[in-house]
Amino acid sequence: MSDVADRVKKIVVEHLGVEADKVVENANFIDDLGADSLDTVELVMAFEEEFNVEIPDDAAETIVTVGDAVRFLEKNAA
Amino acid sequence: MRRVVVTGLGMVTPLGSGVDATWSRLVEGQSGAGKITDFQVDDLACQIACQIPRGDGTDGTFNADEWMEPKEQRKVDPFIVYAMAASSQALRDSGWEPKTYEEQCATGVLIGSGIGGIGGIYEASATLIERGPRRISPFFIPGRLINLAGGYVSIEHGLKGPNHAVVTACSTGSHAIGDAARLIALGDADVMVAGGTESPVNRLSIAGFAACRALSTGYNDTPEKASRPYDKDRDGFVMGEGAGIVVLEEYEHAKARGAKIYAEVIGYGLSGDAYHITSPSEDGDGAYRCMAAALKRAAIDVSEIDYVNAHGTSTPLGDELELKAVERIVGNAAGKLSMSSTKSAIGHLLGAAGAVEAIFSILAIRDGIVPPTINLDNPSVETAIDLVPKQAKRKEINVALSNSFGFGGTNASLILRRVS
Repeated sequence: MSDVADRVKKIVVEHLGVEADKVVENANFIDDLGADSLDTVELVMAFEEEFNVEIPDDAAETIVTVGDAVRFLEKNAA
Repeated sequence: MRRVVVTGLGMVTPLGSGVDATWSRLVEGQSGAGKITDFQVDDLACQIACQIPRGDGTDGTFNADEWMEPKEQRKVDPFIVYAMAASSQALRDSGWEPKTYEEQCATGVLIGSGIGGIGGIYEASATLIERGPRRISPFFIPGRLINLAGGYVSIEHGLKGPNHAVVTACSTGSHAIGDAARLIALGDADVMVAGGTESPVNRLSIAGFAACRALSTGYNDTPEKASRPYDKDRDGFVMGEGAGIVVLEEYEHAKARGAKIYAEVIGYGLSGDAYHITSPSEDGDGAYRCMAAALKRAAIDVSEIDYVNAHGTSTPLGDELELKAVERIVGNAAGKLSMSSTKSAIGHLLGAAGAVEAIFSILAIRDGIVPPTINLDNPSVETAIDLVPKQAKRKEINVALSNSFGFGGTNASLILRRVS
């Protein structure tokens, strides 16, 4: 996994309280990792914090899996 | 009206997590006070508080992880975590686990707090100012609202009955138990999880209560001596944190399932001072009237009261006014009455105080032990009432009254009686 993926995984494990081996590329935050709508808002905030990037609301709505987050951050994070 | 009994007890206090740890240390005369080390206090007039002993859960320490998942704890202020712990303890103690839809709908929650998530509001305000609105968590609001203590408890245990919360400053815990008892008496619920919770040990709360001149400031180097109700050298209350929760149940419902019954809630009285925002009325009339209202509801003679758990916060004004009001109401029976302030040991838990103290009153009935008013070296006034200085004493207690008085002039008294 890339450095970005590792950092994303760490955040997801910490915020959603899930086992690390469940945080795979295809894992959907809500359907697979037990997040609710507020959790996803907070996850996006945590990604912004960790990667020092602003994720606009319309972009945040497209981040529904671990892979979505990794791809977005690899592309947009400094 | 239907009879209401207490069938479960739970608490987290500065003396420990759980009823047994707290009660045994209280009876031994221990103090839960100490120097505040979690945040800057060198510029605060009051630098002490009664804080929950944290640890791995053994030896009466509080391990939050036992009661709420770490990822959930992160979203809420500690008052919600304390309520979750005390509620789970109380429900476990009662043996009541509502499983059917009907049982769930007949079981409600009424948990209050004086100031709820003030610590989290303080931190989020700083975030907003320093870093802007995009850094405010979506859990900021739901993790700070007072009724979310009850909200979380209802979700955890599947309680679908009345879901209510009380906010009456330092009377909150008593009002919560009294109001919940009435919901059962009137048939709105068969079982209620009721009480109060508070997490006020933070820089903003201490600064605020110190500004009201309500806190002890003269004992920063000897914290365990600071809370000294009725003593001539008292100089204000010591902030405490924690939660007290009871399971209240309709009498026949409790009997039918063979539940252990601690006591019956026979009286509940309320009054308002209509006098001052922080000071009690000078004639103690508000306190007198709320005790009188509770006695009327209980339909007992005042001489039947064996023990009063006083509001007794250790403030110069309040203690004596309450004592005078109690003397006035008990009249000639003063000589046989014991009245102690357990705030001497655990400090003032604000919205949790009334609930924790109602539980102490129930335990006094159960064990025939009156908990002491520690640090009472030299009473500031003479009274025929036994203020139980420094040491617990054995005494048969059949009826106990617990008083709570709050900012805004809001008063509540509960009367509890042994069920034979």
